[in-house]
Amino acid sequence: MSEIPEQLSYTAEHEWMAHGDVTTVGITAFAVEELGEIVFVELPAVGDTVTAGTPCGEIESTKAVSEIYAPMNGEILEVNDALESSPETLGEDPYGEGWLFKMKTDEGEYALLDAAGYQALIES
Amino acid sequence: MSRQTPLHQVHEALGARMIDFAGWDMPVWYNSATDEHHAVRCGAGLFDLSHMAELFVTGPDAGAALDWALLIEASTMPVGRARYSMMCNEMGGIIDDLIVYRLDEHEFLVVANASNGPTVFAELVERSSRFDAQLEDQTDGFALLAVQGPKAEEIVLRLTGPELGELRYYRVAHVEVLGTTAYAARTGYTGEDGFELFVPAELGPALWDALMAAGSDDGLVPVGLAARDTLRLEAGMPLYGNELSLETTPFDVGSARLVKPKDGGCVGGDALAAAAEEPHDFLVGLHIDGRRPARSGYEVRSDGRVVGVVTSGAPSPTLGQNIAIARLDHTPTIGGTVEVDIRGTETSATVVELPFYRRPH
Repeated sequence: MSEIPEQLSYTAEHEWMAHGDVTTVGITAFAVEELGEIVFVELPAVGDTVTAGTPCGEIESTKAVSEIYAPMNGEILEVNDALESSPETLGEDPYGEGWLFKMKTDEGEYALLDAAGYQALIES
Repeated sequence: MSRQTPLHQVHEALGARMIDFAGWDMPVWYNSATDEHHAVRCGAGLFDLSHMAELFVTGPDAGAALDWALLIEASTMPVGRARYSMMCNEMGGIIDDLIVYRLDEHEFLVVANASNGPTVFAELVERSSRFDAQLEDQTDGFALLAVQGPKAEEIVLRLTGPELGELRYYRVAHVEVLGTTAYAARTGYTGEDGFELFVPAELGPALWDALMAAGSDDGLVPVGLAARDTLRLEAGMPLYGNELSLETTPFDVGSARLVKPKDGGCVGGDALAAAAEEPHDFLVGLHIDGRRPARSGYEVRSDGRVVGVVTSGAPSPTLGQNIAIARLDHTPTIGGTVEVDIRGTETSATVVELPFYRRPH
């Protein structure tokens, strides 16, 4: 059973968000397990404007390439450069050291899930 | 609903990640594909290959029927010999690659890829109609377990007795194991030494357990399809659907050695004789720069011109870099540089000879 921290919110594309002054974004432990061993992570650039539900990067495992989707509209403030040289961190600590990027989010209507909602999604 | 092998419950109990492969529910990895890969290179790995097709050809003309149906000259094979061959269509396109084992004077076992088993069987039936030979698809009747790696011999011999150690590469023999007669073949798809054991389906789980027990001190681990793919890729072995297809002839994939003129000819023989005189493609290895693996289908360019396509690619656990097999439309310059289009980014790659890996022992 994959870890799904209570305090985070989630998207159907298996991203997690920690909301604060800025929003930190990563991918869930469930997604990491599905992907297998991660060999390459391409992140958006700082300053990029991203749109909810559209691809803004990619994660490549030994077997496949998967897109990273922006969870909300906004601007990228910071990216986790360490993943470029050690993408395996994403697999080892998806909710901690393996965060992907931080963004300033715009007001809007977003289809976000809480931990229980995400749990239901991956069990369906 | 996917087909299940006789080892299905074993895989579930081990917590394997299962995927659909050629209509079969198969383990893609148990824990880590990379660790499983290294285990086969350094110790030994255990594979469930029961999805592969076991097709028996028996009767006085069994050898002659296979001579006509396949590229191989089966009728002149000594009993106990195994040979790699291909089945082609009338145009010389590859229907499947397979291994033919001569079990007895009038009995051959053809092991075909899971994805092509039904097609190969139907073709064998059709192509042997004018011969005194019987065809039987016994895929469901057998469990096929492979033990591969430098420790494989030691482990398997603990179950079969020491005589099997005399069996040479690409040979097959009857062995007594778990109180039944099995076929043991010294063949594999990893680039390592090892055995493939064919036992009645109901004995599959018992053989798996016995092998794991016999190999536990030597680091024997279960290995899934993901590591099987990177192992065969490093060993430069083609995979049907990637390197091999109906659109390729044996000449396009570096297998000209499999095409031999035969007195009675064979299906596709005339087309292949003509193809031998024509330009054809080449398979080469690529060392890809950077961290992004090249994948099947990516274009290969040289000086801005498309010169080929990647057929397989992955990070190589043994080499620690991204490797690929590519099919090029011209004679490759070993050591030369080409560009691979990795989703819009031209990435440099060095052309190398296959295989990427040869076992040191």
